[in-house]
Amino acid sequence: MSPASVFVCLSLTLLSDYPVIRVKPDNSGVVTDGVKHSMNPFCEIAVEEAVKLKEKKFIKEVVAVSCGPTQVTETIRTALAMGCDRGIHVEVSGKDYEAMGPLQIAKIFAALAKKEEASLVILGKQAIDDDCNQTGQMTAALLDWPQGTFASEVTIDGEKVKVVREIDGGLETIKISMPAVLTADLRLNTPRYATLPNIMKAKKKKIANMKPADLGVDMVSRVEVLRVDEPPTRLAGVKVETVDDLVAKLKANGTI
Amino acid sequence: YRSIQLINSVTSPTSLCGSSINGGWERVIPAFRSVCGEDGVSLGAAVREQHGRDESVHRCRPPDVVVWPRSVEEVSALAKICHHHHLPIIPFGTGTGLEGGVGALKGGVCFSLRNMDRVLDLHQEDFDVSVEPGVTRKGLNSYLRDTGLWFPVDPGADASLCGMAATSASGTNAVRYGTMRENVLNLEVVLADGSIIHTAGRGRRPRKTSAGYNLTNLFVGSEGTLGVITKTTLRLYGVPEAMVSAVCTFPSVQAAVDSTVQVLQTGVPIARIEFLDDVMIDACNSFNSLSYPVAPTLFLEFHGTEKSLEEQVTVTEEITQANGGSDFSWARDAETRGRLWKARHDAWYAALALRPGCKAYSTDVCVPLSRLPQIIVETKEDLMLNGLTGPIAGHVGDGNFHCIMVMDPNDQDEVIRVHEFTERLARRALALDGTCTGEHGVGLGKRALLREEMGPLAIEVMQGLKATLDPKNLMNPGKVL
Repeated sequence: MSPASVFVCLSLTLLSDYPVIRVKPDNSGVVTDGVKHSMNPFCEIAVEEAVKLKEKKFIKEVVAVSCGPTQVTETIRTALAMGCDRGIHVEVSGKDYEAMGPLQIAKIFAALAKKEEASLVILGKQAIDDDCNQTGQMTAALLDWPQGTFASEVTIDGEKVKVVREIDGGLETIKISMPAVLTADLRLNTPRYATLPNIMKAKKKKIANMKPADLGVDMVSRVEVLRVDEPPTRLAGVKVETVDDLVAKLKANGTI
Repeated sequence: YRSIQLINSVTSPTSLCGSSINGGWERVIPAFRSVCGEDGVSLGAAVREQHGRDESVHRCRPPDVVVWPRSVEEVSALAKICHHHHLPIIPFGTGTGLEGGVGALKGGVCFSLRNMDRVLDLHQEDFDVSVEPGVTRKGLNSYLRDTGLWFPVDPGADASLCGMAATSASGTNAVRYGTMRENVLNLEVVLADGSIIHTAGRGRRPRKTSAGYNLTNLFVGSEGTLGVITKTTLRLYGVPEAMVSAVCTFPSVQAAVDSTVQVLQTGVPIARIEFLDDVMIDACNSFNSLSYPVAPTLFLEFHGTEKSLEEQVTVTEEITQANGGSDFSWARDAETRGRLWKARHDAWYAALALRPGCKAYSTDVCVPLSRLPQIIVETKEDLMLNGLTGPIAGHVGDGNFHCIMVMDPNDQDEVIRVHEFTERLARRALALDGTCTGEHGVGLGKRALLREEMGPLAIEVMQGLKATLDPKNLMNPGKVL
């Protein structure tokens, strides 16, 4: 029996390879106004994998989900243009959005996955703006589902999923039962570009709207950000004339 | 004043523009700093060397100082200072040129434009976008990936788009999407005296126009000799719904090139049609551990809807098989297509790997399609007769091909023979109604050939335009004309 629906959970991140990120003058965070936002690259890979699984007829429906302010619907539309069938936008804005972290998001995704009876939840392994790498794992724990994280290859085999994971020592292959949570790593696939005809079709696909309270999720964060600082500016080097000078300087500053 | 001492101690042959400047530098450098900030000016030797060379074989010609303006107003202010003090101005994008265009032959000021890196004014419904000079081709396409649009001109390197406009760049996709000439709608240019002009009028971006002289295409390809391009408005295209790539080998160069000509004549809107000769394929096989048959080969790519791809491929296959071509090796999905094309993309490195320790110089001629079989066959004979290493890779769909001349820079005899070969090749192309440079530009090394190609009267007109726009000859002196 092929799985019914697959949830792809997306995150909207700062497009960090493009502009220069600045810290706010009050050191409370980074400046996000006017900075280009885009779908998190690992989430693109997750969407691509889900759409590929549907094209190979392993699954029937792909639902794209994301939490955040209205801006996030554009990201969901891109996922729809890549081939997802419908979207769910969980609206979180203002102070709740600023305080939103992996635990709150995981609670939302877990509640949704249960409510909609998803068979597979696929996420990007981490968001490139905070590099937390926690949401997928927390979602699996809250659901008490098995997890296949850092996936570089995913194969569906009946009721089970074979996942090849990229780990420090090499590649680890595991087999987990569904329903399960997967997180996508870089080499899982090359995401397709959304083409214009598909972007037009995506405008007609449905995006449902809801709030965390509708899912019974409380957004209170137990983490308080005290301060955000830029890394210290690199100091100029010092030129020395001889090797003796070099050794003397290294001794003087305690390096040797 | 330490910075001034550095200039005097650098041992580059033409580091100072003239003795009248010696006194002037003390006023000029602080003036530059007041425009682009303390960090926006550098006299460091390593920095100047980095900005005095590109990816050509021409030796490094460092400028006297490098400045990093952050806006068109700063470019204009810097240009006014240079104009007042008679200092050459050399615009610098990504330094990925192939004809020595950034060498500061008379010293001067290198305007490094990489800090002006904003994508401005994207109009999705109108298929246009404006970018500053620090935005590269890959950077723009990454920015656009959610929109279903892309900028297809692909010269290989991740070049600055304004730099590509300055050299009228082209690439593997030109056969279907055109070159920079066809895809630049408007330019913002700072002239040698600091004036800022918009070649099609400020902010204008109609898809076509017949308003006045075509200033936009005067500056496209001017290689920094008429002004500094600070913004370009580009024509975008829809990302193809599907792509298919194929590789096909042929019994002879003639058969491969004849197939190319016939495919284009039947009107197949082929997206890429690249030729690699047997020497090149052999090099690619060794470099990438592949096992393509060592014979003249065509790499093909088709873009379109699923249905149109089927049609395009069927027609093309009929033609190649009629010319003795092998069965196609196919690729549909992104990863397999990437592997297929890797051989072609790595051609430069594969050629260099044939003779480690050597340098490579790429020739670049372009002839009408019907003359292509003749020129490639004659060129291969020339290479063999003169014992030269010159694997051939080319955008045969445009009648454009490159011989990657691998040579030992310390072997004077070989260097001379390669130079003579490239002159013969350029003249062979000119004799067949072609051009001495299809896409790399004139730069430093092809000025004499340009005169032969254009004839004295056209060159006089070009010189007249140059004299009008830059009477003091400050803009990238010693290039193009």
